[in-house]
Amino acid sequence: MAAKGKVKKTFLSGLGADNPIFAQVLGICSTLAVTNVLKNTVVMVMGLIFVTSLSNFTISLLRNYIPSRIRMMVETLIIAAYVIIVDIVLKAYVPDISRQLGPYVGLIITNCIIMGRAEAFALSNPVGLSVADGLSAGMGYGYVLIIIAFFRELLGSGSIWGLRVLGSWWTNWFIMVMAPGAFFMLAIFIWVVRGLITEREKEEVKS
Amino acid sequence: MNPSVYPVAIFFAAIFTNNILLTNYLGMCSFLSVSREIKTSLGLGAAVIFVMAVTSALNWIVYEYILIPLDLTYLRYIVFIIVIAAFVQIVEMIIERVSETLYAALGIFLPLITVNCAILGASLFMVIRQYNFLSSFMYGFGSGIGWSIAILAMAGIRQKLKNAKIPRGLEGAGITLIITGMMALAFIGFTGMIKIS
Repeated sequence: MAAKGKVKKTFLSGLGADNPIFAQVLGICSTLAVTNVLKNTVVMVMGLIFVTSLSNFTISLLRNYIPSRIRMMVETLIIAAYVIIVDIVLKAYVPDISRQLGPYVGLIITNCIIMGRAEAFALSNPVGLSVADGLSAGMGYGYVLIIIAFFRELLGSGSIWGLRVLGSWWTNWFIMVMAPGAFFMLAIFIWVVRGLITEREKEEVKS
Repeated sequence: MNPSVYPVAIFFAAIFTNNILLTNYLGMCSFLSVSREIKTSLGLGAAVIFVMAVTSALNWIVYEYILIPLDLTYLRYIVFIIVIAAFVQIVEMIIERVSETLYAALGIFLPLITVNCAILGASLFMVIRQYNFLSSFMYGFGSGIGWSIAILAMAGIRQKLKNAKIPRGLEGAGITLIITGMMALAFIGFTGMIKIS
Protein backbone atom coordinates (compact mmCIF):
# COMPACT_ATOMS: atom_id res chain seq x y z
CA MET A 1 0.00 0.00 0.00
CA ALA A 2 2.76 2.37 0.98
CA ALA A 3 4.51 1.75 -2.32
CA LYS A 4 1.32 2.50 -4.20
CA GLY A 5 0.92 5.80 -2.38
CA LYS A 6 4.47 6.74 -3.28
CA VAL A 7 3.88 6.02 -6.95
CA LYS A 8 0.80 8.22 -6.87
CA LYS A 9 2.64 11.02 -5.13
CA THR A 10 5.50 10.85 -7.63
CA PHE A 11 3.02 10.89 -10.46
CA LEU A 12 1.09 13.91 -9.19
CA SER A 13 4.14 16.02 -8.38
CA GLY A 14 5.17 16.15 -12.04
CA LEU A 15 1.77 17.48 -13.02
CA GLY A 16 1.64 20.17 -10.38
CA ALA A 17 4.30 21.38 -8.00
CA ASP A 18 7.30 20.02 -9.91
CA ASN A 19 5.97 20.63 -13.39
CA PRO A 20 8.94 20.70 -15.76
CA ILE A 21 7.78 23.80 -17.59
CA PHE A 22 6.38 26.32 -15.19
CA ALA A 23 8.19 25.25 -12.02
CA GLN A 24 11.57 24.25 -13.39
CA VAL A 25 11.51 25.99 -16.80
CA LEU A 26 13.23 23.08 -18.51
CA GLY A 27 13.08 21.72 -22.01
CA ILE A 28 11.30 24.62 -23.56
CA CYS A 29 13.27 24.52 -26.83
CA SER A 30 10.91 22.16 -28.52
CA THR A 31 8.00 23.48 -26.51
CA LEU A 32 8.01 26.67 -28.41
CA ALA A 33 8.83 25.38 -31.84
CA VAL A 34 5.94 22.97 -32.33
CA THR A 35 3.13 24.82 -30.60
CA ASN A 36 1.85 26.89 -33.53
CA VAL A 37 -0.45 24.06 -34.64
CA LEU A 38 -2.38 21.93 -32.16
CA LYS A 39 -2.20 18.72 -34.18
CA ASN A 40 1.60 18.76 -34.40
CA THR A 41 1.80 19.50 -30.71
CA VAL A 42 -0.28 16.47 -29.76
CA VAL A 43 1.90 14.20 -31.91
CA MET A 44 5.05 15.67 -30.42
CA VAL A 45 3.71 15.27 -26.88
CA MET A 46 2.88 11.62 -27.46
CA GLY A 47 6.39 11.03 -28.74
CA LEU A 48 7.83 12.79 -25.75
CA ILE A 49 5.78 10.85 -23.20
CA PHE A 50 6.85 7.62 -24.89
CA VAL A 51 10.51 8.59 -24.71
CA THR A 52 10.50 9.91 -21.13
CA SER A 53 8.72 6.92 -19.66
CA LEU A 54 10.64 4.26 -21.57
CA SER A 55 14.05 5.89 -21.13
CA ASN A 56 13.36 6.22 -17.42
CA PHE A 57 12.34 2.56 -17.39
CA THR A 58 15.50 1.40 -19.15
CA ILE A 59 17.89 3.59 -17.21
CA SER A 60 16.32 2.56 -13.93
CA LEU A 61 16.62 -1.09 -14.93
CA LEU A 62 20.30 -0.66 -15.74
CA ARG A 63 21.09 1.76 -12.93
CA ASN A 64 23.34 -0.64 -11.05
CA TYR A 65 25.37 -1.50 -14.14
CA ILE A 66 26.05 1.96 -15.56
CA PRO A 67 29.52 3.20 -14.55
CA SER A 68 29.06 6.66 -13.11
CA ARG A 69 31.88 8.22 -15.15
CA ILE A 70 30.19 7.63 -18.48
CA ARG A 71 26.59 7.73 -17.29
CA MET A 72 25.69 10.86 -19.28
CA MET A 73 26.80 9.20 -22.49
CA VAL A 74 24.90 6.00 -21.71
CA GLU A 75 21.76 7.96 -20.87
CA THR A 76 22.01 9.97 -24.07
CA LEU A 77 22.39 6.83 -26.16
CA ILE A 78 19.40 5.15 -24.54
CA ILE A 79 17.29 8.25 -25.12
CA ALA A 80 18.53 8.54 -28.71
CA ALA A 81 17.53 4.95 -29.41
CA TYR A 82 13.95 5.64 -28.33
CA VAL A 83 13.86 8.90 -30.27
CA ILE A 84 14.86 7.04 -33.42
CA ILE A 85 11.92 4.68 -32.89
CA VAL A 86 9.57 7.65 -32.56
CA ASP A 87 11.04 9.26 -35.66
CA ILE A 88 10.65 6.13 -37.79
CA VAL A 89 7.08 5.53 -36.59
CA LEU A 90 6.10 9.13 -37.34
CA LYS A 91 7.68 8.96 -40.79
CA ALA A 92 5.73 5.80 -41.57
CA TYR A 93 2.28 6.72 -40.25
CA VAL A 94 2.02 10.52 -40.32
CA PRO A 95 4.55 11.64 -42.95
CA ASP A 96 3.04 15.13 -43.27
CA ILE A 97 3.35 15.93 -39.60
CA SER A 98 6.78 14.34 -39.49
CA ARG A 99 7.93 16.70 -42.24
CA GLN A 100 6.50 19.73 -40.45
CA LEU A 101 8.13 18.78 -37.17
CA GLY A 102 11.41 18.49 -39.05
CA PRO A 103 14.45 18.43 -36.79
CA TYR A 104 12.45 18.94 -33.61
CA VAL A 105 11.70 15.24 -33.22
CA GLY A 106 15.43 14.54 -33.20
CA LEU A 107 15.92 17.34 -30.75
CA ILE A 108 13.91 15.43 -28.15
CA ILE A 109 17.31 13.83 -27.42
CA THR A 110 18.71 17.05 -26.06
CA ASN A 111 15.49 18.01 -24.32
CA CYS A 112 16.64 18.78 -20.81
CA ILE A 113 13.53 17.25 -19.24
CA ILE A 114 14.35 13.72 -20.27
CA MET A 115 17.99 14.00 -19.33
CA GLY A 116 17.03 15.75 -16.12
CA ARG A 117 14.54 13.05 -15.08
CA ALA A 118 17.01 10.31 -15.93
CA GLU A 119 19.77 11.98 -13.97
CA ALA A 120 17.69 13.11 -11.00
CA PHE A 121 15.26 10.24 -10.65
CA ALA A 122 15.77 7.08 -12.68
CA LEU A 123 19.39 6.62 -11.60
CA SER A 124 18.46 6.27 -7.95
CA ASN A 125 14.94 4.82 -7.91
CA PRO A 126 13.30 1.45 -8.62
CA VAL A 127 11.69 0.72 -11.96
CA GLY A 128 8.03 1.24 -11.11
CA LEU A 129 8.57 4.62 -9.53
CA SER A 130 10.80 5.74 -12.38
CA VAL A 131 8.19 4.91 -14.99
CA ALA A 132 5.59 6.86 -12.99
CA ASP A 133 7.98 9.76 -12.76
CA GLY A 134 8.73 9.67 -16.48
CA LEU A 135 5.05 9.49 -17.37
CA SER A 136 4.18 12.36 -15.11
CA ALA A 137 7.04 14.58 -16.31
CA GLY A 138 6.00 13.87 -19.89
CA MET A 139 2.33 14.54 -19.21
CA GLY A 140 3.03 17.62 -17.13
CA TYR A 141 5.07 18.93 -20.02
CA GLY A 142 2.42 17.83 -22.49
CA TYR A 143 -0.61 19.56 -21.07
CA VAL A 144 1.24 22.88 -20.85
CA LEU A 145 2.23 22.51 -24.51
CA ILE A 146 -1.33 21.71 -25.51
CA ILE A 147 -2.73 24.74 -23.67
CA ILE A 148 -0.16 27.00 -25.33
CA ALA A 149 -0.77 25.46 -28.74
CA PHE A 150 -4.54 25.88 -28.32
CA PHE A 151 -4.24 29.62 -27.79
CA ARG A 152 -1.57 30.10 -30.45
CA GLU A 153 -3.57 28.31 -33.11
CA LEU A 154 -6.81 30.02 -32.06
CA LEU A 155 -5.37 33.52 -32.13
CA GLY A 156 -2.87 32.97 -34.91
CA SER A 157 -5.00 31.17 -37.48
CA GLY A 158 -8.51 31.41 -36.03
CA SER A 159 -8.81 27.64 -35.98
CA ILE A 160 -8.56 24.66 -33.67
CA TRP A 161 -7.24 21.30 -34.90
CA GLY A 162 -7.27 22.73 -38.44
CA LEU A 163 -10.98 23.61 -38.28
CA ARG A 164 -11.90 27.26 -38.55
CA VAL A 165 -13.85 28.27 -35.43
CA LEU A 166 -13.63 32.02 -35.48
CA GLY A 167 -15.70 33.67 -38.21
CA SER A 168 -14.46 35.76 -41.09
CA TRP A 169 -14.58 38.85 -38.86
CA TRP A 170 -11.51 37.57 -37.06
CA THR A 171 -8.20 39.03 -38.15
CA ASN A 172 -5.42 36.52 -37.63
CA TRP A 173 -2.65 37.59 -35.31
CA PHE A 174 0.31 36.55 -37.41
CA ILE A 175 2.60 37.27 -34.54
CA MET A 176 1.16 34.29 -32.68
CA VAL A 177 2.32 31.75 -35.25
CA MET A 178 5.76 33.34 -35.40
CA ALA A 179 8.52 33.09 -32.83
CA PRO A 180 7.66 36.08 -30.58
CA GLY A 181 4.13 34.77 -30.02
CA ALA A 182 5.56 31.59 -28.53
CA PHE A 183 7.78 33.48 -26.13
CA PHE A 184 4.95 35.78 -25.04
CA MET A 185 2.46 32.94 -24.58
CA LEU A 186 4.84 30.92 -22.44
CA ALA A 187 5.73 33.98 -20.35
CA ILE A 188 2.04 34.75 -19.79
CA PHE A 189 1.36 31.14 -18.88
CA ILE A 190 4.18 31.08 -16.32
CA TRP A 191 3.00 34.42 -14.96
CA VAL A 192 -0.58 33.26 -14.48
CA VAL A 193 0.36 29.96 -12.85
CA ARG A 194 2.97 31.43 -10.53
CA GLY A 195 0.66 34.31 -9.69
CA LEU A 196 -2.08 31.88 -8.68
CA ILE A 197 0.32 29.78 -6.61
CA THR A 198 1.66 32.75 -4.68
CA GLU A 199 -1.89 34.05 -4.08
CA ARG A 200 -2.90 30.70 -2.61
CA GLU A 201 0.18 30.53 -0.40
CA LYS A 202 -0.56 33.98 0.95
CA GLU A 203 -4.10 32.97 1.85
CA GLU A 204 -2.84 29.86 3.60
CA VAL A 205 -0.47 31.94 5.72
CA LYS A 206 -3.31 34.30 6.68
CA SER A 207 -5.75 31.58 7.72
CA MET B 1 21.27 21.86 -54.39
CA ASN B 2 20.11 25.37 -55.08
CA PRO B 3 22.98 27.20 -56.84
CA SER B 4 21.79 30.61 -55.64
CA VAL B 5 22.53 29.69 -52.03
CA TYR B 6 26.02 30.90 -51.30
CA PRO B 7 27.96 30.16 -48.13
CA VAL B 8 28.36 33.86 -47.34
CA ALA B 9 24.63 34.47 -47.64
CA ILE B 10 24.01 31.49 -45.38
CA PHE B 11 26.46 32.89 -42.87
CA PHE B 12 24.62 36.21 -42.58
CA ALA B 13 21.20 34.62 -42.75
CA ALA B 14 22.12 32.35 -39.84
CA ILE B 15 23.01 35.40 -37.76
CA PHE B 16 20.10 37.68 -38.62
CA THR B 17 17.12 36.34 -40.53
CA ASN B 18 17.29 32.73 -39.33
CA ASN B 19 18.74 33.24 -35.88
CA ILE B 20 18.82 29.83 -34.27
CA LEU B 21 17.60 31.07 -30.91
CA LEU B 22 15.09 33.73 -31.89
CA THR B 23 13.44 32.03 -34.85
CA ASN B 24 14.13 28.34 -34.23
CA TYR B 25 13.92 28.43 -30.41
CA LEU B 26 17.00 26.29 -29.95
CA GLY B 27 19.39 26.55 -27.03
CA MET B 28 16.83 28.05 -24.68
CA CYS B 29 17.83 26.05 -21.60
CA SER B 30 21.35 27.38 -21.32
CA PHE B 31 20.15 30.74 -22.63
CA LEU B 32 17.81 31.15 -19.67
CA SER B 33 20.18 29.85 -17.03
CA VAL B 34 23.47 31.45 -18.10
CA SER B 35 22.33 34.87 -19.30
CA ARG B 36 22.57 36.46 -15.85
CA GLU B 37 26.00 38.01 -16.38
CA ILE B 38 27.81 39.38 -19.39
CA LYS B 39 31.13 37.76 -18.54
CA THR B 40 29.83 34.20 -18.33
CA SER B 41 27.66 34.76 -21.40
CA LEU B 42 30.73 35.80 -23.32
CA GLY B 43 32.56 32.63 -22.31
CA LEU B 44 29.69 30.35 -23.22
CA GLY B 45 29.10 32.26 -26.46
CA ALA B 46 32.71 31.78 -27.55
CA ALA B 47 32.56 28.08 -26.74
CA VAL B 48 29.30 27.67 -28.67
CA ILE B 49 30.63 29.45 -31.77
CA PHE B 50 33.71 27.22 -31.86
CA VAL B 51 31.95 23.93 -31.17
CA MET B 52 29.03 24.64 -33.49
CA ALA B 53 31.21 25.59 -36.45
CA VAL B 54 33.48 22.55 -36.12
CA THR B 55 30.80 19.98 -35.32
CA SER B 56 28.60 21.09 -38.25
CA ALA B 57 31.54 20.48 -40.57
CA LEU B 58 32.50 17.20 -38.88
CA ASN B 59 28.94 15.93 -38.94
CA TRP B 60 28.67 16.83 -42.61
CA ILE B 61 31.73 14.72 -43.37
CA VAL B 62 30.43 11.81 -41.30
CA TYR B 63 26.96 12.03 -42.83
CA GLU B 64 28.12 12.34 -46.42
CA TYR B 65 30.97 9.82 -46.41
CA ILE B 66 29.91 7.27 -43.82
CA LEU B 67 26.16 7.30 -43.24
CA ILE B 68 24.93 7.80 -46.80
CA PRO B 69 27.18 5.16 -48.46
CA LEU B 70 26.27 2.64 -45.76
CA ASP B 71 22.58 3.57 -45.90
CA LEU B 72 22.49 4.25 -42.19
CA THR B 73 20.98 7.74 -42.27
CA TYR B 74 18.34 6.79 -39.71
CA LEU B 75 21.15 6.46 -37.17
CA ARG B 76 22.12 10.11 -37.60
CA TYR B 77 20.77 11.23 -34.22
CA ILE B 78 22.98 8.81 -32.33
CA VAL B 79 26.00 9.41 -34.54
CA PHE B 80 25.73 13.21 -34.39
CA ILE B 81 25.41 13.26 -30.63
CA ILE B 82 28.42 10.96 -30.28
CA VAL B 83 30.48 13.17 -32.60
CA ILE B 84 29.50 16.26 -30.63
CA ALA B 85 30.18 14.68 -27.24
CA ALA B 86 33.51 13.25 -28.37
CA PHE B 87 34.60 16.53 -29.90
CA VAL B 88 33.70 18.48 -26.77
CA GLN B 89 35.61 15.97 -24.65
CA ILE B 90 38.72 16.20 -26.82
CA VAL B 91 38.64 19.99 -26.88
CA GLU B 92 38.32 20.03 -23.12
CA MET B 93 41.38 17.82 -22.72
CA ILE B 94 43.44 19.84 -25.20
CA ILE B 95 42.54 23.16 -23.62
CA GLU B 96 43.39 21.80 -20.19
CA ARG B 97 46.91 20.90 -21.36
CA VAL B 98 47.61 23.93 -23.50
CA SER B 99 46.31 26.95 -21.69
CA GLU B 100 45.40 27.40 -18.06
CA THR B 101 43.70 30.74 -18.60
CA LEU B 102 41.61 29.52 -21.52
CA TYR B 103 40.58 26.48 -19.50
CA ALA B 104 39.57 28.67 -16.58
CA ALA B 105 37.50 30.79 -18.96
CA LEU B 106 35.87 28.09 -21.09
CA GLY B 107 36.36 24.86 -19.16
CA ILE B 108 33.18 24.89 -17.16
CA PHE B 109 31.06 25.68 -20.20
CA LEU B 110 32.20 22.83 -22.37
CA PRO B 111 30.24 20.02 -20.65
CA LEU B 112 27.13 22.20 -20.81
CA ILE B 113 27.48 22.37 -24.56
CA THR B 114 26.95 18.69 -25.23
CA VAL B 115 23.35 19.01 -24.10
CA ASN B 116 22.78 22.36 -25.79
CA CYS B 117 20.09 21.62 -28.34
CA ALA B 118 21.31 24.38 -30.65
CA ILE B 119 24.46 22.38 -31.49
CA LEU B 120 22.59 19.24 -32.49
CA GLY B 121 19.93 21.43 -34.11
CA ALA B 122 22.46 23.08 -36.40
CA SER B 123 23.66 19.68 -37.59
CA LEU B 124 20.11 18.46 -38.20
CA PHE B 125 19.11 21.59 -40.11
CA MET B 126 22.20 21.21 -42.26
CA VAL B 127 21.07 17.70 -43.25
CA ILE B 128 17.46 18.72 -43.93
CA ARG B 129 18.46 21.74 -46.02
CA GLN B 130 21.07 19.72 -47.96
CA TYR B 131 23.96 22.13 -47.54
CA ASN B 132 27.37 21.36 -49.00
CA PHE B 133 30.52 21.26 -46.88
CA LEU B 134 31.39 24.95 -46.95
CA SER B 135 27.79 26.01 -46.43
CA SER B 136 27.48 23.69 -43.45
CA PHE B 137 30.56 25.14 -41.84
CA MET B 138 29.37 28.70 -42.49
CA TYR B 139 25.92 27.85 -41.20
CA GLY B 140 27.31 26.45 -37.95
CA PHE B 141 29.66 29.40 -37.55
CA GLY B 142 26.93 31.96 -38.26
CA SER B 143 24.43 30.24 -35.98
CA GLY B 144 26.97 30.26 -33.17
CA ILE B 145 27.53 33.98 -33.64
CA GLY B 146 23.78 34.61 -33.80
CA TRP B 147 23.24 32.65 -30.61
CA SER B 148 26.04 34.55 -28.86
CA ILE B 149 24.65 37.91 -29.95
CA ALA B 150 21.27 36.98 -28.49
CA ILE B 151 22.68 35.77 -25.16
CA LEU B 152 24.98 38.80 -24.82
CA ALA B 153 22.13 41.21 -25.48
CA MET B 154 20.01 39.36 -22.96
CA ALA B 155 22.76 39.42 -20.33
CA GLY B 156 23.14 43.17 -20.80
CA ILE B 157 19.42 43.72 -20.37
CA ARG B 158 19.20 41.42 -17.35
CA GLN B 159 21.98 43.29 -15.56
CA LYS B 160 19.93 46.48 -15.87
CA LEU B 161 16.81 44.61 -14.78
CA LYS B 162 18.28 43.79 -11.39
CA ASN B 163 17.08 47.13 -10.05
CA ALA B 164 13.74 47.08 -11.83
CA LYS B 165 10.46 46.40 -10.09
CA ILE B 166 8.94 43.32 -11.71
CA PRO B 167 5.36 42.10 -11.14
CA ARG B 168 5.12 39.12 -8.80
CA GLY B 169 5.21 35.77 -10.57
CA LEU B 170 7.04 37.24 -13.53
CA GLU B 171 10.52 37.39 -11.98
CA GLY B 172 13.23 35.18 -13.45
CA ALA B 173 12.01 33.04 -16.31
CA GLY B 174 8.84 35.01 -17.08
CA ILE B 175 10.42 38.38 -17.68
CA THR B 176 13.33 36.79 -19.56
CA LEU B 177 10.89 35.12 -21.95
CA ILE B 178 9.03 38.38 -22.57
CA ILE B 179 12.28 40.17 -23.37
CA THR B 180 13.29 37.29 -25.65
CA GLY B 181 9.95 37.73 -27.40
CA MET B 182 10.68 41.40 -27.94
CA MET B 183 14.14 40.60 -29.28
CA ALA B 184 12.55 38.09 -31.65
CA LEU B 185 10.14 40.83 -32.78
CA ALA B 186 13.09 43.10 -33.46
CA PHE B 187 14.82 40.36 -35.46
CA ILE B 188 11.71 39.91 -37.61
CA GLY B 189 12.71 43.32 -38.95
CA PHE B 190 15.57 41.59 -40.79
CA THR B 191 13.17 39.33 -42.68
CA GLY B 192 13.58 39.58 -46.42
CA MET B 193 17.11 40.93 -46.20
CA ILE B 194 18.55 37.58 -47.20
CA LYS B 195 16.54 34.58 -48.29
CA ILE B 196 17.71 31.03 -47.77
CA SER B 197 15.73 27.87 -48.25
